[in-house]
Amino acid sequence: MSTILIIEQVLNGLQFGVMLFLMAAGLTLIFGVMGLINLAHGSFYMVGAFAAAATAGATGSFLLALVAALAAAALAGALVEMVVIRRLYKAAHLDQVLATFALILIFSEGTRWVFGSFPLFLEIPAWLSGPVALPGGILYPVYRLTLIVIGVLVALGLWWLTARTRIGVQIRAGENDREMIAALGVDISKLYTLVFALGAALAGLAGALVGAIQSVQVGMGEPVLILAFVVIVIGGIGSIKGAFVGALLVGLTDTLGGIFLP
Amino acid sequence: MIVERWINWVTLLAFMVVPLWALVTDEPFTITLATRAAILALAAVGLNIALGIGGLVSLGHAAFFGLGGYAMGILAFHAQNYTPLELGPFTTEGTKSMPVIWLTAIIAAALAGLIIGLLSLRTAGVYFIMITLAFGQMFFYFAISWSAYGGEDGLSIYVRNGFPGLNTLVPIQFFGICFVALCLSLYVHWRLRSSPFGLALNAARQVPQRVETVGLNPYRLKLVAFVISAAITGLAGALFADLNRFVSPAMFSWQLSGELIVLIIIGGVGRLMGPVIGAAIFVALEHWLGGLTDFWHIWLGVILLLIVLFGRGGVVGLLTGKAGPHV
Amino acid sequence: MSDPILATRGLSKSFGALKATDDVSIDLLPGEIHAIIGPNGAGKSTLIEQISGGLRPDAGSVHLMGQDVTHQNTQARAKAGLGRTFQISALAMEDTVLENALLGAIGQSARPWRFWSGVAGDRTLVERAFNALERVGLSDAADERTANLSHGQRRQLEIAVALTLSPKAFVMDEPMAGLGAEGSKFLTGFLDTLRDEAPILLVEHDMDAVFALADRITVLVYGKVIASGTTDDIRRSAEVREAYLGEDA
Repeated sequence: MSTILIIEQVLNGLQFGVMLFLMAAGLTLIFGVMGLINLAHGSFYMVGAFAAAATAGATGSFLLALVAALAAAALAGALVEMVVIRRLYKAAHLDQVLATFALILIFSEGTRWVFGSFPLFLEIPAWLSGPVALPGGILYPVYRLTLIVIGVLVALGLWWLTARTRIGVQIRAGENDREMIAALGVDISKLYTLVFALGAALAGLAGALVGAIQSVQVGMGEPVLILAFVVIVIGGIGSIKGAFVGALLVGLTDTLGGIFLP
Repeated sequence: MIVERWINWVTLLAFMVVPLWALVTDEPFTITLATRAAILALAAVGLNIALGIGGLVSLGHAAFFGLGGYAMGILAFHAQNYTPLELGPFTTEGTKSMPVIWLTAIIAAALAGLIIGLLSLRTAGVYFIMITLAFGQMFFYFAISWSAYGGEDGLSIYVRNGFPGLNTLVPIQFFGICFVALCLSLYVHWRLRSSPFGLALNAARQVPQRVETVGLNPYRLKLVAFVISAAITGLAGALFADLNRFVSPAMFSWQLSGELIVLIIIGGVGRLMGPVIGAAIFVALEHWLGGLTDFWHIWLGVILLLIVLFGRGGVVGLLTGKAGPHV
Repeated sequence: MSDPILATRGLSKSFGALKATDDVSIDLLPGEIHAIIGPNGAGKSTLIEQISGGLRPDAGSVHLMGQDVTHQNTQARAKAGLGRTFQISALAMEDTVLENALLGAIGQSARPWRFWSGVAGDRTLVERAFNALERVGLSDAADERTANLSHGQRRQLEIAVALTLSPKAFVMDEPMAGLGAEGSKFLTGFLDTLRDEAPILLVEHDMDAVFALADRITVLVYGKVIASGTTDDIRRSAEVREAYLGEDA
C-alpha cells in the first residue's frame, strides 16, 4: 500500500473526525452542563443539512446555505429546549430517552412530510471543488481540506469560549452547582437555552458540511449520533478536549479500519 | 391491586377474543395484527424484566430480538436450500422445526445478554444507555455486512416453520402459539417478581447500597435479570421472523430498541400487563393512524411526549390511579 | 480481656490535602456500645465507610472477628457479620415495610437465587423479617408502603433491616438523627438491650443518648483520635472540652 494512499486516508479520517467533533461537542456540553441525554441531537444534524440543501437550491449560494443551516438548527434547538427539554433536566434518564426519542420521530417524519422521501443533493461550490496539491505531490480535494480547517477552528473557538470567556465560566460553574450560579444572579434558564442552541447549531453545521459530500436524507443523523456517543464515552462526559481527542480517534479508526481490515 | 388484577384478566381475555372474533367474521388480517401485537408484547415483557424491575434502561434490546430472528433465518435458510451449516467441528442441515429454532434463539440471545451485560453493567446511568445502544449497533452493522445471509437485503424464508401437531400456516394456529408464549412469559415475570430474586432485584434498582450491606451483589442480580430479559426478547425475535417469513438487519435497528421501551411506557413500566397493553395500543395506532396518514410516526411522537411530560404510569397507572415503579 | 469483635488499626484516608481519617485505631469489644463522637467534619462518616467497605483506606486495616477484611467489599463484610445502618435512610421506598425487612432476611439466607418460589410463602424468611419488625415496634405497619412512613418509623426500619442479618457487630451511623424526644427515648432503651446480642459501634450526635448508652467513647477531631475512654474520662478530658467548646466559641 502506497504512502500516498495512507496519507489520503489519514486526511479522510481527520475530516470525518472533526465532523464527529462538531456533533459530539454539543452533546457533551449538554450532558455535562445539564445532565441530559439527548437522542435527538442527530435531528439537528439533519435539519442543518436540509436547510442548507433547500437554501442552496433556491439561492445557489453555498455560504448562504451554511448560514441557513446554522440558523435553522439553532432555532430548532432553542425551540425544542424551551418547549420540551427544560422540563426534563431533573427527570429520570428513562424520561429523557423517551422524550428525545419522540422528538426524533417528530423531526424525521416532519422532514419527510415537507421534503419527501427522496434524498436531496447539496453541491460543493465551484470555488471549493477540485483538488489541491499538498507537499509531497499528493492531490487532495480542497473541500475536504476546508472541512478539516473549519473543524479545527471551531474546536479552538469552543475551547476559547469555555476557558476564557464570562459565558464559559458560567457554563462551567453551572456544571458544578446549579443553585449557586442561579443565586449569583445568572439567568440559568437562558444560559441553558443558549448552550442547547449552540450545540444544535454545531450539529447543523456538521450536517450541512457533510451533506455536500453525501446525500441529504431523513435518518442521516442517527448513525453519526451513535458514533458521537462512542466519542463521548471515550472522551469523558462534559469534556470538550476529550471530545476532540475522542472524535479524531474514532474518525481515524473508522476510516483506516475500513481500509486495512478485511 | 384488585383493580390491576381485573385489568390484567380483561386484557388477556380481550387479546384472545379479538382474533377469535376475526376468525368468525373471516378477517385474517386482524389475526395477523393480533399476532404481531402478541409478539411485540412478548419482546417487551422480556425488556420489562430488565427495565421495570431492574431499572436497566437498555437501548440495545433489538440486539436480542435480531439474534432470535437470525437464529430462525439461518437455520431455516439452510434447511430450505439443503446446504449444510458448518459450526466449527459440527455440521447441521438446519431445521424447519419451531421448538429447535426457539431453543437456539433463546440460547443465542441469553449468551449475547451475558456478554453485553458483563461489560455494560459495570457502568450506570447515561453510560449504560449509550453502551447498550452501541452494542445494538454493532450487531446491526454486522448483519448488514454479513453477505452470506443476505447482508442489507435480509433473508426470505418461503414456508413458515413447523410445530408438531399444528398447521402453522393457518393464522389462528400461529396466533395461538404466540399467545401461549406470551402467557408463559407473563407467568415467568409474575413468578420472578414475587420470588426472593425479584424482591432483591427490585431493591437493587431503588437502593443498591442497601442491597450490598445485606450481603447481596446488585451487579449479579442485574446481570441475571438482563440475561433472562434477553432470552425472552430473543424468543420473540424468532417468532417475529416466522410471522413475516423474513429477517433483515432492521430487526437489529436502534429504532426497534426504542419502540420496545415505548410499548412499555404506553402500557405502564414495571406492570405485569404494561407491555401487553402497550403493544396492543401500538399496533392498533400503527394500523389506524398508518391508514389515515403516511406520517403516523409524528403522532406517535406527540403521544409519547405527552405521556412522558404529563402521564407517567401509562395506561395501567391511569386506570389504577397509582404511580408505577420509578425507573 | 476478650478479643475485639471489630477493630481498626492505623486507618488513614486522605482526599487531596484533606486528611479525613488519620491513623485511627479503635476496638469494639463483645457486649459493649462504643460511641464515636466529634464535631462536624471530624471524619466520622468516612470512618464508617471504611469499616463497612464503601471506601478503601490509604493505609491501615479493618478486622472483623480476628479476620483481616480490609480488602473485602461491602457484601463480603456483611456476610462475615457486619450489620450497618445508614445515616440517611436507605430503604426501598416503593416497597412495603415487610419487603424491606425481607430483603435483609434474603441477604442473611444468602440465597437470592430462588426465582420460582414466592417470597411471601417462605416461612423462614417471613418469620425472620417479621420478628425484626416486631422488635423495633413496626409489625403493625408491615404492609405499609415505606414511602408513607414517618421519619421516625424509617429510622426504626433501618435498624430492623440490620437486625434481620443477626450480625456479629452493628455499625450505626446516627440512628437518632432527626428523632423527637419520644423516639430517641425508645431507641435508647432498645439499643441498651441490643448490646448483649452484638456490640454496637455508634456514631451519634445526640449527646444525651451517647452518654446514657456508651461503655466507651472515642472522640475524633479532624480525622484524628484525640481522646478515648469511659464516659467519665471523656467528660473530664481537657482536649475534648477544647475541641468542642473551642469550636463553638
